[in-house]
Amino acid sequence: MTEKKKKISIIVFSGDYDKAFAAFTIASGAAALNYEVNLFFTFFGLDIIKKKRGRHFLGRGFRARFFNFLLGGRNNLPLSRLNFAGLSPLLLGNLAKKRRVAGVDELLDASIKLGVNFYACETAGVLLALQKDDFIPEVKKVIGIGSFLELQEGGTTLFI
Amino acid sequence: MATQYLDITEEHCPMTFVKTKLALSKLADGDILEVLLPSGEPLENVPRSAVEQGFYVLGIEQIDTQVHKVILKK
Repeated sequence: MTEKKKKISIIVFSGDYDKAFAAFTIASGAAALNYEVNLFFTFFGLDIIKKKRGRHFLGRGFRARFFNFLLGGRNNLPLSRLNFAGLSPLLLGNLAKKRRVAGVDELLDASIKLGVNFYACETAGVLLALQKDDFIPEVKKVIGIGSFLELQEGGTTLFI
Repeated sequence: MATQYLDITEEHCPMTFVKTKLALSKLADGDILEVLLPSGEPLENVPRSAVEQGFYVLGIEQIDTQVHKVILKK
């Protein structure tokens, strides 16, 4: 009889660089330690998994397109504190490179290679007028809370 | 039976585990992976997690005060 895999699920609500860093650190670390890992991106978190990494007018309808433009994509994730108009994430990125600490891109890549499951929130997608095609291809499915609750059952769940 | 080598002495959490896991996933049955790693967290957890995933720890050697070699087999 095979032992049941340990499981961790993370609700990635924030679109902040430091919080995305924390989410992907836990996700990739857990996947490397043989956990099943589910990442459920919702609201600002959807900005992290957009296919277009920069500042783009995405979605349908003027307000949604403008809001997505303001969010800025994965290239423009702000720090939750001391952002200084986007200067601090650049400083932090340079510091991480110098100290050989993986950044969000490297951790995201590691999570993908290790088979972490990516899901996007249906409701937040409707709000931001984003569809599955607007996200990176590793997003398995756009799901609602009912499906997420089923996925996370029997494991540990974190909200970031 | 082949031997692969991995140096994670300059890596930090979680890339120590990530790089080890990716290297282990490329091994065929009977292959060996020699991992150079620093003391502390990687030394405590890399062998343990490899065993949990069904690999064998053939040995752990101290290379110098900070670096160890862990020999894993599939």
